[in-house]
Amino acid sequence: MSDNANQDAQDGVGTTGHSWDGIEELNNPLPRWWLWTFYITIIWGIAYTIAYPAWPMISSATSGVLGYSTRAQVAEEIAAVDARNAEVATTLANADLATLAPEDPAHQFGVAGGAAVFRANCSQCHGSGAAGAKGYPNLLDDDWLWGGSLEAIEATVRHGIRYEPDGDTRFSEMPAFGTFLEEDVIAATTEYVLSLSGAVHDSALAATGAESYASNCAACHGDDGKGSTDLGAPDLTDAIWLYGGDRDAVHETITNARFGVMPAWGPRLSEAEIKAVTLYVHQLGGGE
Amino acid sequence: MSVLNKHAILERSPTLLFTFSLLVVTIGGIVEIAPLFYLENTIEEVDGMRPYSPLELAGRDIYVREGCYVCHSQMIRPMRDEVERYGHYSLAAESMYDHPFQWGSKRTGPDLARVGGRYSDAWHVDHFTNPQSVVPESVMPKYAFLADTKLDGKYIGDLMETHRMVGVPYTDEMITEARMDFRAQADPDSDWDGLIERYPGAVVSNFDGQPELTEMDAIIAYMQMLGTLVDFSTFTADASR
Repeated sequence: MSDNANQDAQDGVGTTGHSWDGIEELNNPLPRWWLWTFYITIIWGIAYTIAYPAWPMISSATSGVLGYSTRAQVAEEIAAVDARNAEVATTLANADLATLAPEDPAHQFGVAGGAAVFRANCSQCHGSGAAGAKGYPNLLDDDWLWGGSLEAIEATVRHGIRYEPDGDTRFSEMPAFGTFLEEDVIAATTEYVLSLSGAVHDSALAATGAESYASNCAACHGDDGKGSTDLGAPDLTDAIWLYGGDRDAVHETITNARFGVMPAWGPRLSEAEIKAVTLYVHQLGGGE
Repeated sequence: MSVLNKHAILERSPTLLFTFSLLVVTIGGIVEIAPLFYLENTIEEVDGMRPYSPLELAGRDIYVREGCYVCHSQMIRPMRDEVERYGHYSLAAESMYDHPFQWGSKRTGPDLARVGGRYSDAWHVDHFTNPQSVVPESVMPKYAFLADTKLDGKYIGDLMETHRMVGVPYTDEMITEARMDFRAQADPDSDWDGLIERYPGAVVSNFDGQPELTEMDAIIAYMQMLGTLVDFSTFTADASR
């Protein structure tokens, strides 16, 4: 570096005038391309604040000559998609689902759109494959608590189940028999309930439990234990259990009662979305 | 020395350079921040917003304590895909009583800004206790211990006073009745008329299904309120905001 002075002499470039232990600093100008890029970014920045909302004024900020707003843009995007689907969505929203042919474009739109609605809104409880979980019904089988017809499914989606804020929700509440039946009666009833689906049970106890079943359970679950979709009372004979079908689980259900709540989706989904998810759930395998 | 060369003076004195840098940054900051406090189109008043009820506030504290914001955002951005999935985009006013706000910056889990009312209380209990029992693909940790920690609301009034100090409009009545309201919200058999009058739209329920009032009650009360205060059937978005 000691030959800086020579370089200086060779390039003809001036120095800054500082000298540190004999080392001087060249005072080269910035590269032109760099400097001009810098000036252009400043101009670009100013132009940008004129084109888009930016400068604060007395009561509001300038709105920009392009008239851009995030809210307007999202509204526009949603409107554009709605407009593209308007025809088929309106057909679906006004359709009588029971008579809508599967080859109708509105039906196909419904099943595909319903799958999307299901994934966003229903899968958290009923599972992404609709197989349900303990306490959350499986929608793939043909065992329905509140009915598996298109009409029944639509009512469930729209108004929920035991969802108090919705006046049209379907409601039933199993009593907690533990509060008024003796422990031995509950144990006997448990055995009888197990016997209904052919599970391993104590037949002597089940025989005594039959009486308690007839007076306490049959009103909703039926004399034959087949349940009632009008009351949301599960079929006890089919070995399909929402909360488990072993002795302890049945005993627990009789003692403390169980009743799930499903929120109403009417206020959250559009008419077409409700019909779409109804079609989707109905065609999953168990639709009646 | 021409004007363009005056910068050499600043560059040769660290103290001057620091002073002028501070000055420039201050002016920049004031110009960017100050207008937000007076510009009409940055302040949107929205019907329905109210301060958190005592139980919701306690739930919110648990939300912050457990670091839920690390994986869950509470801000639906104004984009079509987000609006379709989560509901109406979030409004600034919806975080107006948040100290600090819970917008978050990461979504390992879904956005929670409008989770209120989407699921039943029982689902929340199942999900907090063991998320994989209802969502097998979930990576959320278990929060079953929330149901074991009882709350008595002893300091809830003090917490509300602290929030009042930073601008949340809790009235004297709200603070005197804090502990009553705290317990009433988790007990549907109690007299909760006053609670609803003070906090319109508050959900009263035995959230965790146990007789005791626990942290599980508080956090579910908070969850069931999120995003439900503004009635979007009557709200018209002002496009200039």
